[in-house]
Amino acid sequence: MEKQFVFAGFGGQGILTTGLIIAHIGAMQDKEVTWIPSYGAEMRGGTANCTVKISDELIGSPFVKKIDILVAMNQPSIDKFLPQMKDDGIILVNSSIVKDVPRKGDIRVVEIPATEVCEKISYSRGTNICIIGALAACTDLFGKECYEEGIKHYFAKKPQFHESNLAAFQAGYDYVAKE
Amino acid sequence: MRTLMKGNNALAEAAILAGCRFFAGYPITPQTEILEYLSTRLPEVGGQFVQTESELAGINMVLGAAATGFRAMTSSSGPGFSLKQEGISYISSMELPAVIVDVMRYGIGLGNITLGQGDYFQAVKGGGHGGYKTLVYAPSSVQENVDYTILAFDKAEEYRTPVIILSDGAIGQMAESVKLPEGKEHDPNKFEWTLKGKDDTYPNGRKMTDRIYYDFKYTEYDPHIRDRYSAMEENEQMWEEVETEDAEIILVAYGITSRVCRGAVKAARANGVKLGMIRPITLWPFPKKALHKTNKTVKAYLAVEMNACGQMVEDVALYAQGTPVYAYPSGRVIADQEEILRIVDEIRAGTRKEAF
Amino acid sequence: MAAVKEREIPRSIYAANSFCPGCGHGLVLRLIAEVIDEMDIDRDTIGVLAVGCSCLTNRTLAIDLLQSPHGRASAAAAAIKRCRPEKLVLTYQGDGDAASIGIAETIYTAQRKEKITQIIVNNGVYGMTGGQMSPTTLVGQKTTTSVKGRDPEVSGMPLNLMEVLKSFEPAYMARGSIHDAPHIMKAKSYIKKAFAAQMAGEGYSCVEILSPCPTNWHMTPEESMRRIGEEVIQYYPLGEFAKGGDQ
Repeated sequence: MEKQFVFAGFGGQGILTTGLIIAHIGAMQDKEVTWIPSYGAEMRGGTANCTVKISDELIGSPFVKKIDILVAMNQPSIDKFLPQMKDDGIILVNSSIVKDVPRKGDIRVVEIPATEVCEKISYSRGTNICIIGALAACTDLFGKECYEEGIKHYFAKKPQFHESNLAAFQAGYDYVAKE
Repeated sequence: MRTLMKGNNALAEAAILAGCRFFAGYPITPQTEILEYLSTRLPEVGGQFVQTESELAGINMVLGAAATGFRAMTSSSGPGFSLKQEGISYISSMELPAVIVDVMRYGIGLGNITLGQGDYFQAVKGGGHGGYKTLVYAPSSVQENVDYTILAFDKAEEYRTPVIILSDGAIGQMAESVKLPEGKEHDPNKFEWTLKGKDDTYPNGRKMTDRIYYDFKYTEYDPHIRDRYSAMEENEQMWEEVETEDAEIILVAYGITSRVCRGAVKAARANGVKLGMIRPITLWPFPKKALHKTNKTVKAYLAVEMNACGQMVEDVALYAQGTPVYAYPSGRVIADQEEILRIVDEIRAGTRKEAF
Repeated sequence: MAAVKEREIPRSIYAANSFCPGCGHGLVLRLIAEVIDEMDIDRDTIGVLAVGCSCLTNRTLAIDLLQSPHGRASAAAAAIKRCRPEKLVLTYQGDGDAASIGIAETIYTAQRKEKITQIIVNNGVYGMTGGQMSPTTLVGQKTTTSVKGRDPEVSGMPLNLMEVLKSFEPAYMARGSIHDAPHIMKAKSYIKKAFAAQMAGEGYSCVEILSPCPTNWHMTPEESMRRIGEEVIQYYPLGEFAKGGDQ
């Protein structure tokens, strides 16, 4: 098993952190993981992105050529990475921001209005955790508790947000599971 | 338990674990995290961190700290690494232990802040004046950033030499799971040669300068230098072999590029093509022992590296003893697995031009 | 007839120096050695030299010494002091080393208030390479790279290091001269005060000393001393520039 992720959005949306949390969760399950941000000149072009690989075996290149799962927080990310999607890949979008996802072949598009979902639980900063909840629901990578444990561990130094983070995760999870 | 760490941070933490208590450096992408990390971490362990006015001051503060016996490190990238070369030559001439990190970026001059492998010649061939050599380690993962940084400090003292860690933008910026070993305590007073104020052993004081002046007769100096570097060359070659035993063609690649090559070997084998890889871990000394072993059995080497014209390929050719050597310098983008396989097909078909 | 006092050599001088006849370096080194002896710190002193005539110090001063690359003495010295804060750490540099190629290191050593003492011997030329113009060469002074005399339109005005460093509020800073006996004694007192400031942990200290280079000034030793007293101190005023000094 080797899963290749791209997390993309505008700089400042916390997309690099979202990817890092997923890598962190993978590492906690003793998987081989790589996380690598795009940086420098590319960052000024509108999208910030990082790639994550999670594998049972030693990972070769940390760079992604064919994407299993694209988490897109803005329109330019979809346009940029759609051509690299695997035929059976998943595109997970924050539909509060991305309104128009072009369909292509058998690629599954999972839309979650993460901004609104988080407003409902009065935790507007929880969008990225909410997206992780949605990711947990639409993939069978790890059990739900692995995500919860991983999020808690990642934010170990900010225990005041634990409850809200888990609520945001649950809201994202439920939204997609019900879909 | 393994923890997820960015390569630059892991390297910096490894320095702490190795007992490094002095760092002086200057910001430059993509190595800056090393500087940032140590700016908070070193004071926590009672060490000294200095953000210097330039890379020149950085390397020369390391020279001073090394002279006192403290484990000292500086880091930079590309243009900044160039500025450090004079200091590295001096540190070599004084035979002081120090660790210098170059997190390579791409290109000549200002170049590009993205990853690259263009500083091979500079690191491996003695980038400063006078004809010195330094041990050069090329980590290919975050874990190796940790392991070889710690090893670098030990080897630097064993041979009293500057040691270079030749990392790159990808290894520095990426995060992977790492296992951090137990930290070591370093005693800066354990060597009698370090500056600490004169004593009965040195009634006139220690004179720490190019060793040609005080420690050797002119006739003894060159043999000393030759012996010193031959010992390192003989004893310190490190490499990894991937499916080389029955390989028809062997890729030679280090650092981030070797990771793409690892994928290429796997893909080729899946198609019945006997591809292997030699991954130099030390770039100096270049693992010629590895090539001498496979020269008899392999049909060709393909050197894959991330620069415009090929650099390491010259060393591959030097030690190939007549075995055909081909080059794939991938330029400013990282080598592509499919392109490697295509070139391998060309080599097998006899349509690819040899490198030299 | 008064008894001739036997020549005393400071304990911290271990061999005769090899400077040119009439050179000021031997005198300045003697002053440093005397101060080290008087303070009884020869086992607790580490010196850093760089490149130029000043590096011949290695063969005469009996303390632990490091010779850094040209201009980088104060960077190396600052690192040594940070690693061994209990030691007295000094640099011994010429004007070319400290004020030209090493001006950045000199400035930032002062700016970071590194707790070392820079002793800078200013003779207005590059001595070891044969008398080229240095940053402190006076206007009109002839050197091998200013054969008609330093032209400020071409080479700018001579660099006044004390003025440059003043704004960093050093713990102690002074400019002395060795052109006659009273000034020699005064220069020695400056060195002692600088060392004392360092030992007291007060911060950065620096002593610049105007010194003759008869060989490259193409003068006799006596003429060289007269030149300092009559001409050089006009441009480079003497005195203490920090810590209740007279300037």
